[in-house]
Amino acid sequence: MLHLRVAEPMRECEYSQISTRSSTPMETPYKKRTPKRRKWQAFPGRNKFFCNGRIMMARQTGVFYLTLVLILVTSGLFFAFDCPFLSMQITPAIPVIGGVLFVFVLGTLFRTSFSDPGVLPRATPDEAADLERQIDVANGSSSGYRPPPRTREVVINGQTVKLKYCFTCKIFRPPRASHCSLCDNCVERFDHHCPWVGNCVGKRNYRFFYMFILSLSFLTIFIFAFVITHVILRSHRYGFLNTLKDSPASVLEVVVCFFSVWSIVGLSGFHTYLISSNQTTNEDIKGSWSSKRGKGNYNPYSHGNVFTNCCAALCGPLPPSLIDRRGFVQSDTPQPIPPTNGITMYGSTQSQSHMAAATPLLQSEPVILTDEAFLPGRTSLGGPCSGALPLGGHPTPPTSTPNLSCDNDMLPLRNEQSDGLRHHHTDGGHHHFLTPEEAPSPPGMLPCGSPLGHSHTIQGFYNPASQDSLHEDSVRGLVKLSSV
Amino acid sequence: MATHSLQDMRQQAAIAAKVFIQRDYTNGTVCQFQTKFPSELETRIDKQQFEETVRTLNNLYAEAEKLGGSSYLEGCLACLTAYTIFLCMETHYEKVLKKIAKFIQEQNDKIYAPRGLLLTDPIERGLRVVSFRKQCDSH
Repeated sequence: MLHLRVAEPMRECEYSQISTRSSTPMETPYKKRTPKRRKWQAFPGRNKFFCNGRIMMARQTGVFYLTLVLILVTSGLFFAFDCPFLSMQITPAIPVIGGVLFVFVLGTLFRTSFSDPGVLPRATPDEAADLERQIDVANGSSSGYRPPPRTREVVINGQTVKLKYCFTCKIFRPPRASHCSLCDNCVERFDHHCPWVGNCVGKRNYRFFYMFILSLSFLTIFIFAFVITHVILRSHRYGFLNTLKDSPASVLEVVVCFFSVWSIVGLSGFHTYLISSNQTTNEDIKGSWSSKRGKGNYNPYSHGNVFTNCCAALCGPLPPSLIDRRGFVQSDTPQPIPPTNGITMYGSTQSQSHMAAATPLLQSEPVILTDEAFLPGRTSLGGPCSGALPLGGHPTPPTSTPNLSCDNDMLPLRNEQSDGLRHHHTDGGHHHFLTPEEAPSPPGMLPCGSPLGHSHTIQGFYNPASQDSLHEDSVRGLVKLSSV
Repeated sequence: MATHSLQDMRQQAAIAAKVFIQRDYTNGTVCQFQTKFPSELETRIDKQQFEETVRTLNNLYAEAEKLGGSSYLEGCLACLTAYTIFLCMETHYEKVLKKIAKFIQEQNDKIYAPRGLLLTDPIERGLRVVSFRKQCDSH
């Protein structure tokens, strides 16, 4: 089989990479026949892709389905049980308006959940090496076990802003960008990670998110008001108990709407405030631009007046996705560094060489690993994560593998920001997750803007304790791997 | 095994022969690149040429992200059509990106390729860097 390879000059790199590991001859002809992979299949973040890369979501989508079910069921019941009466007694415009609102809510929800929030692609090895060189030159020779925290300062509109270096993505994060630990991506203008929409909210989908919560507020109030109207009108005619018998769904709708209204309207109000002052949830919680931090502390990104801020956030130009999900992976272009590189931070030369051997594998042999190891919905995780495991072992179940490789960057940060990590996991009722690095102290109030918050609806759903133990196990496993 | 080490050497040479121009954030989060002339390119191109290229790129990106009447109109129209309008037409940003790609192609053909340099489109690097690649082994 080997002599066939030598005759193809274009495939030199594959030949050399295959020769570094013991491969069965069967894989070579298999490789020739497989089609080119799309970039989403080799995506290093913790995301799920559907429709061949057109749809992009976070890994945990359970709460998103709950949101969808709540909206569909409540609206469905409204149209089925309340609308016939209301359209006859009051006006047929009611179901029409309700229908328009419903369609708009679903449209914006899907747009928020399925689009790329503004993920920054990870640095190519060349860029990362160049940055490392610059940092070494700046710091002198890096001594010690762990390199010092890397920051760059830049003055924006008179305010000094610190740009942090992201160890996972190997880039200096642009201002307002943040690394989402749930999705393991750096996201531009990171607002928060919203489990209700199953995605991060960032630069590219913030307006859709805002439109979603705004239209949902209107829809909830609309349904609430008209169901009450329906019940009252019917009670006048047929009595209250008969009304409940004829239209039992109305009770359910009222209950759902009553509890939703407070939180959703509160959230809309909060985000309206954020948009008008051009801040992200992240910045507001940390009080980055509040005057309490010091005199002369102001928001350098604000355009000055409320109107311009709103227009810019909602009607400004929509930047394109930077990650090109549906493009094809070129075997000769530099690939972004997979998350397993976090292990090399510990300076173990053996693990480095192990990674060096594994890395070309990730790029040239992804199809085989993906097909064997993972379910269709999770093929995005197949490439980078499976490469981290010892080659001899059979693939571990999907739930544990992502944590194993994608928590690598937690290791160097763990000691510095263990408080932040704890906060991340113990704050079970707090549904807008902040990255551990960006949220050093737990906020006194939930960012939802309403005191009641969402805690009553999601307690028990997201189990922080099990997540924590899973992280602990994966970290322990990681330490074992690096000491090999 | 001989091919393996040659490949390595070639990759090493390629890595050392890339110059990266980083983003300039002094105006906020708009996409701008630093116009500081890197020392590695001193022997290849003159400062004026480099600065003009980067400045034109910066102007093009500023045009893409400009907040004005036309972008607001586009935004409102898109919102009213529930963003389905983007199934048929391109956003303003995408149009400017095409312009940028053409500009870079032009610059490469006219100015940089004759001097043994290749300018890559920043969109391929996530709008993080403008990279110049030295074509050492192309001759």
